[in-house]
Amino acid sequence: MKDWQFVMLWSDLLVWLLVAAAVGIAVLIVRTPPLLAAWRRVGANRLGMAAATVLLAFAAVGLLDSLHYRPALDGQPGEPLRYSVEVLSALDALAVRLRTQQEKSYSAPFATHAFARETVDVPGVGSVREFPRLKHGGAHLADPRLAPADIALTAGRATLFAVLAWLAVAAAVAARQGGWRQVWQGRTPFAWNAVLAALGGLLLVLVPMFALAGDYHVFGTDKVGQDVLYQILKSVRTALIIGLVTTLVMLPLAVLLGIVAGYFRGWVDDLIQYVYTVLNSIPGVLLIAAAILMMQVLIDTHPQWFATAAERADLRLLALCLILGVTSWTGLCRLLRGETLKLRELEYIQAAQAFGVSSGRIILRHILPNLMHIVIISLVMDFSGLVLAEAVLSYVGIGVDPTTNSFGTMIDNARMELGREPVVWWSLTAAFAAMFLLVLAANLFADAVRDAFDPRAA
Amino acid sequence: MLKIADLRLGFSVGERTLLAVDGVSFTISRGETFALLGESGCGKSATAQGILRLLPPAGRVAGGRVEFDGVDLLALPEAELRDYRGGRLAMIFQEPGTSLNPVLTVGRQIGEVLERHRGLRGDAARGQALALLRQVGIADPERRLDEYPFQLSGGMKQRVMIAIALAGEPELLIADEPTTALDVTVQAQILDLLAKLQVDRGMAMLLITHDLGVVARMARRIGVMYAGELVEVASREAFFSAPRHPYTQALFAALPEVSRRGAALATIPGQVPSLAAMPAGCRFAERCPQAMPVCRTQSPAWREVADGHVVRCHWQAPPATGEKAAIAAVDRSNPSEIPPQPLLAINALQVHFPIRKGILQRTVGQVRAVDGVSLAISPGRTLALVGESGCGKTTVGKALLQLIRPTAGSVRLAGHELVGADARRLRDARRLAQMVFQDPFASLNPRLRIGEIIGEGLTALAVGGKNAAGPRVAIAALLAQVGLPADAVDRFPHEFSGGQRQRIAIARALAVQPQLLVCDEPTSALDVSVQAQILNLLKTLQAELGVAYLFITHNFAVVEYLAHDIAVMYLGRIVEQGGAEEVLGRPRHPYTRALLSAVPVPRLDGGGQRIALAGETPSPAKPPGGCHFHPRCPKADARCREVYPAVVMSSATHAVACHHPD
Repeated sequence: MKDWQFVMLWSDLLVWLLVAAAVGIAVLIVRTPPLLAAWRRVGANRLGMAAATVLLAFAAVGLLDSLHYRPALDGQPGEPLRYSVEVLSALDALAVRLRTQQEKSYSAPFATHAFARETVDVPGVGSVREFPRLKHGGAHLADPRLAPADIALTAGRATLFAVLAWLAVAAAVAARQGGWRQVWQGRTPFAWNAVLAALGGLLLVLVPMFALAGDYHVFGTDKVGQDVLYQILKSVRTALIIGLVTTLVMLPLAVLLGIVAGYFRGWVDDLIQYVYTVLNSIPGVLLIAAAILMMQVLIDTHPQWFATAAERADLRLLALCLILGVTSWTGLCRLLRGETLKLRELEYIQAAQAFGVSSGRIILRHILPNLMHIVIISLVMDFSGLVLAEAVLSYVGIGVDPTTNSFGTMIDNARMELGREPVVWWSLTAAFAAMFLLVLAANLFADAVRDAFDPRAA
Repeated sequence: MLKIADLRLGFSVGERTLLAVDGVSFTISRGETFALLGESGCGKSATAQGILRLLPPAGRVAGGRVEFDGVDLLALPEAELRDYRGGRLAMIFQEPGTSLNPVLTVGRQIGEVLERHRGLRGDAARGQALALLRQVGIADPERRLDEYPFQLSGGMKQRVMIAIALAGEPELLIADEPTTALDVTVQAQILDLLAKLQVDRGMAMLLITHDLGVVARMARRIGVMYAGELVEVASREAFFSAPRHPYTQALFAALPEVSRRGAALATIPGQVPSLAAMPAGCRFAERCPQAMPVCRTQSPAWREVADGHVVRCHWQAPPATGEKAAIAAVDRSNPSEIPPQPLLAINALQVHFPIRKGILQRTVGQVRAVDGVSLAISPGRTLALVGESGCGKTTVGKALLQLIRPTAGSVRLAGHELVGADARRLRDARRLAQMVFQDPFASLNPRLRIGEIIGEGLTALAVGGKNAAGPRVAIAALLAQVGLPADAVDRFPHEFSGGQRQRIAIARALAVQPQLLVCDEPTSALDVSVQAQILNLLKTLQAELGVAYLFITHNFAVVEYLAHDIAVMYLGRIVEQGGAEEVLGRPRHPYTRALLSAVPVPRLDGGGQRIALAGETPSPAKPPGGCHFHPRCPKADARCREVYPAVVMSSATHAVACHHPD
């Protein structure tokens, strides 16, 4: 009997389907020369490729966090094997110290003592109010005053390791791309120098951070003593799912309805325009709140559907994606309708009509390929918008399940912390920095994609 | 007055600068009109922009001097140059629709220049603006002054543009293709206006154009540009009587004219070299019929062949006088007899577009784009449908292919009625009639390969799909027929030039072996030399395949060269039709006569007497009562204002709708 049970959550399924789709699209792109040429232009964009490197790091975290399992419980021999109700992921297994080293409450980054005074019984002295030592943060040190030196030493070693690792990667790239100079002066068709620079930056920050994360709380701990760095790692998956799965819901609606409205015009156009005008005129937050509350009632009244709390939270996450998708297709739809209106008057469409080509075929062969650049651009641009939307919705309390880690819930919790004196700043700052990095990378990458697909620049 | 010496302008692409204008030198003296002639991409517009340093962001001045009254404009700081721009030097642009600001009134836009360059404000400025509008021939200037550009027609916008240019009292006017976007009758008005203003004000003019006819009418001296270099500078007389550069001669030979009907037009083989790969020697050598070994290695120096006539060419043969020799070869092999069974018969065709207003979208009026047109085309002949923009000629072409549903009337193609036909019958008919469009850049899907584009009709109409080898072989044969290399099959449209794209469009239409080809201005987006290639191709195809053409155009030169029959359209109706010789030689409708006389002729004696038409084509939503043409007609009387004239047959084939035919 194995000591763990594989769990496939619905959102995991979707994530891996998306990965498969991405691989499929990549194969398609390689086989279509004009698309390949456009993506080569993306590849030559330095800023875009640096952003892509950062995005890939985020994606790796998200994908690791999408392999779920339930560990077996220690039982008496002879008893049937039972599995924990707690669903863990590959990321949890890797960051086991981050997950399990919980403190009692708040502690500042790199702290060795708690953030608040407590009444402690000291033998022979009696009750004393003082800052107690943390259970895990800096616990390996006999004298907490040595902490700065210890941190500097560990960080220094890790930095050295990072530099060596980077040099190894850079040497491998240089060997394949025809020498240092070629790579460094940007004479390779792919922007290797930008990728290497971004990778160097990432390594220099991440390696020391994770080297320290075992002994200290790099970003501090929150109210219940959980490590903030761990929360951030877990939030990445939520953000990626919101950003990607939502577009899966939105894309078919927007593309199909937009093209149909623009191409056929008449009453079809009127109907579709009516639908999205109505949808647009209802305040989005209200619509989302209503749908999420209904979903919550459904979940609460059917506890037998869910084996674990994770499955319940997962369903709510998917429900949020669905409702966000349903409310956000209108913008792209409007854009595609307008573009189709323009395209259908072009002479090559009329030439096709003069041959008696059917409408479906005209749409597939002549209109859809000429709209793809808009779809790709708006997909990448919408991604960052959706990540931010999740944060706002969770802040208002109609976002993801409270047990799901997300940037939104972290910021929501930080609301109270900002009112404390002295202020607890690290939770908010860390969540903000991580989200900023993700959204900035996504936006820069979107810019690169847009520039490459801009027909005027081509 | 203006002295340009060795001007070199380039565009920076990446780290390189590609020279678009390479060592251009010329002078313009006071009151003179200098025309810069050349095909698209030869650097003539860049030269004009360079004079005022108005180059696009990627543009760079690489060297040379632009002296205006002894001041080097290229060396002036930007702030001082502003006194020259719009003040002593003014510019008018090609597209009147986009060169006026749509949210400012005409008065404000003229006032802007008056205030900047002449310090006029308030009533003084308004008075001056009124005077200017009057000078450029705008009726009712008090009202127009407070109107916005969208309330003006194209011709009026160009007049306003000229008024703005004149506001700074310039000594030199730079006109960059000032009439290219306008109809011939309006073009004639604007050219007359420019000529008159120039005489009145003693203003010098730099005219940039590709149209030899406009040059013949306006210019005193002419410079011909090719691939960024001036190749010939001559006075008007010398230029038209004895052009010396092989390129100039080729341009003249490529013009379609009635005298060249039988023969194929001379074409210039190859293409203008790209900026990135300019040949070391003479830039025209690759395409030149007279090229010698020295041409490929050494760029020719200026050589004076006559007083004030300089040319940049190694070839020293006597001037060509081919123009007179060609006139004899007029083709009369197609007598205008009508075979019993026309291929296409259009009868009383109407296309009305409803004007809808209000919440309920009720129809409040009709735009009568096509209002009772009857035409017939016999197999293997060419009918030219001629008219100015907005007269409904393109709508006729689309309605007969049922791309636009006609409102009423009948279209019979090879004996089958198409109006109201069901989908199956239409599919059969689509094999018989196909269309070639105006813009070769918009008529090919940029994401499909040439093979797929040409094969589309084959698969859609299941032509020759029975045998397995069919499509690929058929496409290769079509490519050979239109003169494209066989390896074009797997390439994409953007890899081809305008003329090659138009060949692809023709191949696509021919793929289903139609008997009728509707050509909607197929050459109006092309340069003269490329136009000649396409016209030759169309003529060859007609001789080989016996295909009939409905040739929709506004270009009379093309009509003269190609058409067997001509129909002239005005505001949705045909005002005159008949055989080509009849309509061109003895036009009977005043509109036809005015159109013919308005076309600038690229000859020295092209002046002739011109019939100036007042005003512009009215809107087809509110056509004038009676004869549609009466508000602009010099012969209009009371009857014309009340009754639309009946069709008068002056011969078996020549019909005219006029109360006072000549």
